Parts: sequence; structure tokens; C-alpha cells
Amino acid sequence: MHERSIRLSVNGNPTEATVEPRMTLADFLRERCGLTGTHLGCEHGVCGACTVLLDGAAVRSCLVFAVQADGTQVSTVEGVASEDGELSPVQSALQECHGLQCGFCTPGFVMSITALLQDNPNPSDEEIREGLSGNVCRCTGYQGIVNAVRLAADQMSGTS
Amino acid sequence: MKPAPFDYHRPESAAEAAQLLAEFGDDAKLLGGGQSLVPMLALRLAFFDHLVDISRLDELKGIERDGDSLYIGGGTTHAGVGADEQVAAAVPLLTRSTPLIGHFQIRSRGTLGGSIAHADPAAEYPAVALALDAEIEALSPDGRRRIPAAEFFTGVWETALAPDEVLIGVRFPVWSGRCGFAVEEFARRHGDFAIAGAVAAVELDDDDRIRRCAVGLLGLSATPRRASAAETAVTGRPVTDLTAEDLGELAMSGLDDIPADLQGSADYRRRVGAAMAAQAWQSAVKEALDA
Repeated sequence: MHERSIRLSVNGNPTEATVEPRMTLADFLRERCGLTGTHLGCEHGVCGACTVLLDGAAVRSCLVFAVQADGTQVSTVEGVASEDGELSPVQSALQECHGLQCGFCTPGFVMSITALLQDNPNPSDEEIREGLSGNVCRCTGYQGIVNAVRLAADQMSGTS
Repeated sequence: MKPAPFDYHRPESAAEAAQLLAEFGDDAKLLGGGQSLVPMLALRLAFFDHLVDISRLDELKGIERDGDSLYIGGGTTHAGVGADEQVAAAVPLLTRSTPLIGHFQIRSRGTLGGSIAHADPAAEYPAVALALDAEIEALSPDGRRRIPAAEFFTGVWETALAPDEVLIGVRFPVWSGRCGFAVEEFARRHGDFAIAGAVAAVELDDDDRIRRCAVGLLGLSATPRRASAAETAVTGRPVTDLTAEDLGELAMSGLDDIPADLQGSADYRRRVGAAMAAQAWQSAVKEALDA
């Protein structure tokens, strides 16, 4: 099948590649860009581990083909911390609140929470839980993650 | 798993997309938001030699009020529908059902047209389209046509769309007057497809009689369904004539193909469906009385 040329921005870096149409954005990021922070759990849109930002909106990168990302701006977990390595408020809060154990699901949670707080800087507990419902964690449980969203929201709005 | 190989096409217009469908026939499928199609490809439940990507076509996006109807372009995302004030004012059932569709990451890609064309019997937008007698607009190389929702859903994931037709938009009637609307569904986890659900729209006259009503059911048949017997029973009658529980029971009459699967037996679904229809009815009536 015919390969296609794509150009996109990945974490601010202009990227050009030729891809098979069936290559998902998740596989593209991992295999062609070397950005293995984007994890693949289910590969059919259920687990949320592969969540990235596509033109600012949280999407499942296993449900977007790389050819569809042509001309877009993609942000992955590798682009969340500042260049000097300082963690983002969302990342710090997850660390602070023990919002991870094995860490496999964490990149997806970081991206989902980052998008959630962009759209809704002061979510209610119900909105937090609903916002987290698209990401599955199989070991640490969700309470610490919920607490982390609250802490990150408070820190980002300067109330704590 | 990974999808099987396919050729990718990105037409510049809906007309060109329809031409490609006509050219490739059953070997081609439209790719909209991809939130149902891509999982099916990944699980190899579906194979296509050609995917025709219509997700970037601006002509398929947008929301427009036109007198007593609201037109929504098929490529408008769930997130776009859910956040739009015109939709909230004109077709509240869409606004209220949107948060129940998947998760917000799904809603940022998934489209209204894709949901309706995919025609999952447990999906929300098809049930709303059917309940409100929406019209589905389709474009093929032969031209445009409008398909009444009542004739559109023909089976599980099957519709009246011809292989060379592109769903370009959906026209929803706008209800005005003393109206109330509600959506209720039961799913084991938020964002899952509902085990059963119901949408209800009610308009009352000045004497609190039901001037008109619509009850749509999801997850209770091979297609979304109307609770026609229940609608007929209450129309023209005072709201106090029938309890919500009675209406819920009546809404289940005539359902002869309730699905049974690991999530629940047909009998269980029927009971959940009756409860959801009752709750949706009660909320819609209350809103209309308060209006």
C-alpha cells in the first residue's frame, strides 16, 4: 500500500516522515520519533495509556493514524516538563500524592489531566472523576490520582 | 493488534469523497473521527482496502439554526456539539446526551455524523435523532437526499445509506413551547455503552395535557427504537393520568429483540430499560411543568 509523506510538529520540533497509512500515531511516536513515553496498553481505545494532545485536545493516539496527524501539533508526555527537567504541576502532584505505582498508565494520565485542567482549571470532584474515567490504572488505585488532580488544580490557580 | 494495510485518501470535498466511494464500492470506508472504525480495524473485525478521510472537510462541520430546525454538519465533533449554545437552546437532548458518549478524549475526535452513520444500537445520538424525527442528509454522485430517521436505522451497524453516500449532516426539529427533555441511561462504568437507556421530550399545553411527546430507546433492540405505544397512550392526556412507572413499562411493549449478552439478559435489560424510560419521562415532564 502506498506510503504517504507527513509533516507535523512533535513537542515543538518540526518532524517529517514517510509512513504506511495503517501506522497509528502512537506507533509513529514510539517507533519513528523514539518517544516511548507514550504507552500502548490495549491498542483499541479503551485504556487511555496512549493519550496525547493533538492540536491541544486530548486524544487516543492509537485511534489516530499518523497520516491524519499531518500538519498538526502533537504534544506527548516528553514535552510536559520544562527543558531543564522541572516537573509540571500535574507531574509534581502525581508524585506528591502517590498517584502512581508501576507507572505504565501514568503518561496517559498526565496528558489527560493536563488537558482537563486546561479546559476546566477548577473542576469539581465529580468532574475530576469523569475526566479521569477515560484512563485505566490497574495497580495503584484512583484515590491518589484524584487527589493529585485537586492538588495540581490548586497549585496552578495559586490557591495553595 | 494493528490494522490490516489500506490505501489512504484525503479528498478535498464531500463530492470527491462520494466519487471515491462510488469508484471503490464495498472496498472503501469513510474515516471520520475514527473512534469506532479504528478499533474495529485494530481488532480486525473490519478490513477495507481504501479509507477515505473526511475528518478535515470544513464543509461538513458547523451548526446552523434554520427556523424551526437545527442543522449540524456530520463532521462536527461530539465536543463541538456538547459545547455549542445554539444546540443547548434548540435541541437540549443532544447537549445532555453528549457527556454520556465515551470519554472526553473520545469526544474530541468522534463526530455526530460518524455516530449516526455507525448506528450502534446503544449509542445516544441515533436515539435522539430517531426520537425527534430528524432528517439525515446524504450526498452521492447522483445528488443529495434527505432520509427520515425512522427509515434510516435498519439493523445493528446498518443504515439506509447507499455504499456511495456520504452523510453530510443531520437536521433536527426544534421543539418550542412548554417543553421538557431528559436522557437517562445505565452503564456499569461511566463512558461505557449503556446497558439500556431512554431519551424523552415532552410538550405540554396550557392545561398540563401532553400536546406531543417522543420517547427514544437505546440498547434495547438491533436499532434505536421509539416507544410508540407509550407515546400514543399519553398524547392528549393530562400529565397526571399515567405514572412514570406505568409509562416505563408501556415503553417496553413491542420490543421483541432485546439483546442478551455478558452484560445482562434480555429480561434484565428490559427492566433497566423500563426504569430508564420512567426516569427520563419523569424528569422531562417536571421540566415542562416548570417551564
